[in-house]
Amino acid sequence: MKGVAITGMGIISSIGNSVEENYTSLIENKIGISRITNIPTVHADVIKVGEIKKTNDELVDELKLSQDNNFSRTAMIGTIAAKQAVENAGITSINEFRTGLISATSVGGMDMTEKHYYDYFEHPELVKYIACHDGGDVAEKIAEELGLKGIVTTISTACSSAANAIMLGARLIKTGKLDRVIVGGADGLAKFTINGFKTLMILSDDFNKPFDNERKGLNLGEAAAYLVLESDEIVAKQNKKVLARVSGYGNANDAFHQTASSENGDGAYLAMKKAFEVSGLKPSQIDYINVHGTATPNNDLSEGRALLRIYQDIKVPDFSSTKPFTGHTLAAAAAIEAVYSVLAIQNNVVYPNLNFENPMEEFDLQPETSLKNKTIEHVLSNSFGFGGNCSTLIFSKS
Amino acid sequence: MKKTYINGVGCISTQKTFDTVFLEEAIEHKNETVLSIVSPIYKDYISPAASRRMAKGVKNGIVASALALKDAHLENIDAIITGTGLGCIEDSEKFLKNILDNNEEFLTPTAFIQSTHNTVGAQIALTLQCKGYNFTYVNGAVSFESALLDAKMQIEENEANSILVGGIDETGDYTISLFKLAGRVKDENNLPNDILNSTSTGAIYGEGAAFFVLENEKKENTYAQILDVEIINTLQENEVEAKITAFLKANNLEISDLDAVVLGFNGNIDSDIYYKNIAENAFAKIPQLYYKHLSGEYDTASAFALWMASKVIKTQEIPEIVKVNSVEKPIYSNILLYNQLNGKNHSFTLISK
Repeated sequence: MKGVAITGMGIISSIGNSVEENYTSLIENKIGISRITNIPTVHADVIKVGEIKKTNDELVDELKLSQDNNFSRTAMIGTIAAKQAVENAGITSINEFRTGLISATSVGGMDMTEKHYYDYFEHPELVKYIACHDGGDVAEKIAEELGLKGIVTTISTACSSAANAIMLGARLIKTGKLDRVIVGGADGLAKFTINGFKTLMILSDDFNKPFDNERKGLNLGEAAAYLVLESDEIVAKQNKKVLARVSGYGNANDAFHQTASSENGDGAYLAMKKAFEVSGLKPSQIDYINVHGTATPNNDLSEGRALLRIYQDIKVPDFSSTKPFTGHTLAAAAAIEAVYSVLAIQNNVVYPNLNFENPMEEFDLQPETSLKNKTIEHVLSNSFGFGGNCSTLIFSKS
Repeated sequence: MKKTYINGVGCISTQKTFDTVFLEEAIEHKNETVLSIVSPIYKDYISPAASRRMAKGVKNGIVASALALKDAHLENIDAIITGTGLGCIEDSEKFLKNILDNNEEFLTPTAFIQSTHNTVGAQIALTLQCKGYNFTYVNGAVSFESALLDAKMQIEENEANSILVGGIDETGDYTISLFKLAGRVKDENNLPNDILNSTSTGAIYGEGAAFFVLENEKKENTYAQILDVEIINTLQENEVEAKITAFLKANNLEISDLDAVVLGFNGNIDSDIYYKNIAENAFAKIPQLYYKHLSGEYDTASAFALWMASKVIKTQEIPEIVKVNSVEKPIYSNILLYNQLNGKNHSFTLISK
């Protein structure tokens, strides 16, 4: 068997509330980028975001949470996606096998912290939200909603977080420490991150254009996605349908700058190289690359150079960034893109890199700009984050 | 499968845990509810210009990791794995207050950048130019144990020969005021004389950074071997003993084989019950140690506990100030650490000589 089996997926993003809805949007060019409506911010008329068009009240209703719940928005979308994944995997008894949950988040329940920060002292009814701030709160809530008892932990390495959660999950299965693990990430939009990225001057005021010469920066987004990974023993025993496999993974540090990527994409290059080593695949065997492609001048240049280093004398495979659809969903990005990678394998498609017009002047790299049907055996997905954190995952047909 | 050894330690805490042998200068601050770290001389490790811009957690992380590397006689490692509950919370507070106070205007990115949870791991990677595996775990009281478990897997699977693992947390004034409001911090007018005999809820809070160099080889300077680490998100109080027994059994040990246990008592009567029953019964004949009266409570306080347990094995001595009972053993070899916070995020760590 080449890699760890994926037996279930769940997702909620600005382009859909289920795996099916997300796929339909991807192949019908339905984007989720719009003006922000759920968070009052002075930047509302300037920025565009990939927002899930559901209010917190609607999410509470959907999850049938009690009125005294203390779920952050991030915890709610995380729970929705994780429940879908568990259901999709046909799991009815969550603790029947050694099951874990590895989640990812950038700022946890910051959406509640920033909303109530100065009001806690005057409003005792809000004090329950203080606990939301903790990075582990989202995973703890999801575990509780699933009734899961076991290893529950959270990874926070900025925008590569979910890739690392998937990587750890795959390793826990491979080493036999767990039989089954739910992996992924969740991040709701927050004023904190909007303003943080604003101060770094990497937000675009227009629709993001990955790998375009005139790209101006990223659009932030919110999403949650989880995948269920299971051991081959369980897959065989329960005759489970395997959606695809996690066949390779690699993490490396750029060790260049806290928020910028090195010019040669050292970290990205090393992460991809390691993923190929783990998978035993050659770069030429990859049929589609779901690039990190945030559309910031720095990321796309660095990632493009790293790709050219990996592919040296051969052509870089078909590639695209799906961030023009969803925005950059930070710690959840690698999880939603893992779902998209599996869907690409299942449906034999390459998604278009929307908004692309002109190739970058630094190199000759052109993303796919329209939907392409072709046989897909292996997909490589990149995710890079602050702190030089670079991660690559490879997904393969089962 | 390769074995995992602790070959170097570095600890910055609310006690003088650098330039000392082993807690001989430790003081229990009985009148304070929030403890601050005893600062090392930062300029010996970080240029003053760089130091001024750095968050407390980053500075302490850099110094503690440098101490651990020096202790292990290493200059570089293959991977860096950190755990932190709240990251550089002072910078998170600062950035958020600036957003709220100035209506999202006049902001600068420094505080935002440092608020990212993996800042400490990233800054150490930058300092050491370490391009290897670099993960940060943020899951309350198991943040550090998650890092430890990951590191042990890396060594066992031959993915790395040497790894720097650390737990870092810092206090922030506003966050502490929120913790007080939520009842997590003890009332300063009603402090117990001894947290072991506390009758109130809440804990005394602290901060710190403890780093360990883990390697796949036993060396002259080895402290201990890490036999196993287990994490469980939720447990009932009456399930603890059976869980510990099963955990030890998986390592071919029984409770009677333990030479010491390190328990995370923090003086909160609601959750100290998890330790109390096993301390009084199953562990009655085993030397018991506690530490949060010295380190304070924080998400990665258990990294301080591992530092302490490593020192016990190396020095074969238990400082009086950390003893729960008066039981002694001729040799301190197998030590079990058990920690949880408010009944959640339980961890068992087993180390051996």
